[in-house]
Amino acid sequence: MSKLQIADKVFDSRLFTGTGKFSSSKLMEESLLATGSELVTVALKRVDVQNEEDDILARLNHAQFNLLPNTSGVRTAKEAVFAAELAREALETNWLKLEIHPDPKYLMPDPIETLKAAEELVKKGFIVLPYIHADPVLCKRLEEVGTAAVMPLGSPIGSNKGIRTIDFLEIIIDQATVPVVVDAGIGAPSDAALAMELGADAVLVNTAIAVSDDPVAMGVAFKMGVEAGRMAFEAKLGEKLTQAEASSPLTAFLDE
Amino acid sequence: MSELRLNKTESFYEKLSSVAWDEVKSSIYAKTDADVKLALRKSNRDIEDFKALISPAAEPYLEEMAKLSHASTQKRFGKTMQMYVPLYLSNECQNICTYCGFSMDVKIPRKTLSDQEILDEVKVIKSMGYDHVLIVTGEANKTVGLEYFKNAISLLTPHFSNISIEVQPMEESDYVELREAGVNTVLVYQETYHEENYKIHHPKGRKSNYKFRVETHDRLGRAGIHKMGLGVLIGLEDWRVDSVFNAMHLNYLEKKYWQSKYTVSFPRLRPCAGGVELKSVISDKQLVQLICAYRLMNEELELSMSTRESAKFRNNVIKLGITSISADSKTDPGGYANPEVNLEQFEIDDKRTSTEFANIIRDQGYEPVFKDWDLSLQ
Repeated sequence: MSKLQIADKVFDSRLFTGTGKFSSSKLMEESLLATGSELVTVALKRVDVQNEEDDILARLNHAQFNLLPNTSGVRTAKEAVFAAELAREALETNWLKLEIHPDPKYLMPDPIETLKAAEELVKKGFIVLPYIHADPVLCKRLEEVGTAAVMPLGSPIGSNKGIRTIDFLEIIIDQATVPVVVDAGIGAPSDAALAMELGADAVLVNTAIAVSDDPVAMGVAFKMGVEAGRMAFEAKLGEKLTQAEASSPLTAFLDE
Repeated sequence: MSELRLNKTESFYEKLSSVAWDEVKSSIYAKTDADVKLALRKSNRDIEDFKALISPAAEPYLEEMAKLSHASTQKRFGKTMQMYVPLYLSNECQNICTYCGFSMDVKIPRKTLSDQEILDEVKVIKSMGYDHVLIVTGEANKTVGLEYFKNAISLLTPHFSNISIEVQPMEESDYVELREAGVNTVLVYQETYHEENYKIHHPKGRKSNYKFRVETHDRLGRAGIHKMGLGVLIGLEDWRVDSVFNAMHLNYLEKKYWQSKYTVSFPRLRPCAGGVELKSVISDKQLVQLICAYRLMNEELELSMSTRESAKFRNNVIKLGITSISADSKTDPGGYANPEVNLEQFEIDDKRTSTEFANIIRDQGYEPVFKDWDLSLQ
């Protein structure tokens, strides 16, 4: 399997993970280690950056993990930029998962504010991975302002509904010149595999692992799902035939 | 009666004029077994389903409701429980509320904390591990008004990541100032949506103005407050009818002020220094039914529980849909630093320490979360 490069980092694992919703931080640590994930997102609002012994950060202190701070909780580009700068200073990384959802019910990302913030953050030297709708035009616009990847959603965040935006993801993957990370809604390893088979460069999974009865086993299952999907993609999955082949070729007359 | 339709200019008070208490009441009690079964089967539930789920017809389905509520809550909130602590700053009050221990006509010593006394309280509650704090006061606008709150908040912001307030309803411009000062959440309970009886329960003081109170959340929404809390005082009037009105209020607000989060609490009337006869007693089973019904109607709603409830009840609702909980609370101003003085608003039932209760939460497979906000996000 090929490695994935985003900005200056090279990843063996194409499974990115989240740190919320686990029943304990110890279980989070064990589970994320089992996934093989090398990029884990952590909400600025959940960590106590004043406290050097913050439990979440201590648990993520493994060579395997690169931290991807996220701006969960902000509602505008202005708030996002402010939070990003705090995160960069506190967590000592310029990587950022940019998420701006002014709608706290469905956590739908705001495309306008996200584009605005992405442009500014790139100029300020951040490696920006924006969480957005599966909107192909928006993805191109984000690429143009210099984001390091795009992170379109598969279905509403936390919904475990799987890859519902498939038609748009296919267009995004086809057009993208930066890595495409399918984020949100991935509910089962088979969903992750599907995203990878489509040609996504990586997936980000949180709820489906954290809320399962056995997050360590589920972490491994997702690891395998992502690997299976990627291998199948690289081995050139056969095109699905959309209709039966005509018994006599339609163009045979040309050879007569 | 169907779901309330949204009109951009109408406040909830104006909206309410088309809804009759007695009609809502009869529609709840007319719900049948078939209505409940339908509500349980659906994936998106509306106010009619909510009525069915809190109706007597749903009582035989409590276990099924609990299972659905458990699964739905975990999906959205994960295996976590948000911890908060109330901080009573004042028990001065110019209202008469027939059920409240702080009511103006109750002869208790009155106290409003000074800066030093607030800092003494902060020291104790920080040592208990808390990072989300809820300020509570009575209603004494001259001494405990906007300026007092802004000063108190400036004392708290260096120590807490999330500040909520449960104080008198205020003006929109006040809420803007409070938000800028660092307030994340504002809780205002309507007590009851029965307008005529509201006036009997609140005969004196600014609180007797029903319209001003019921429009509070509209002012909060316009002021851009991050999270608003709603609730009724369970027991004052028929709890089912009041809960349906509260749920309609919630649905109205969610559509209109879609950038705010919402939280609902379940204060049950308890014995206090004043004392009022309860009109509608809710049993433990019915309270669980109510909590589950809210969750089944609204997967994203924060549901909160205080220490009014017993240890046993609280231990068991952790899995049922509650997502935010306090522990080791004192409901009298200065009560953390001076536990021997007794000026409490209501009697605490569950007196376990925050550490003990956090361990109970962990034993059930949940992580007690102390920090889930940052003042930099204000």
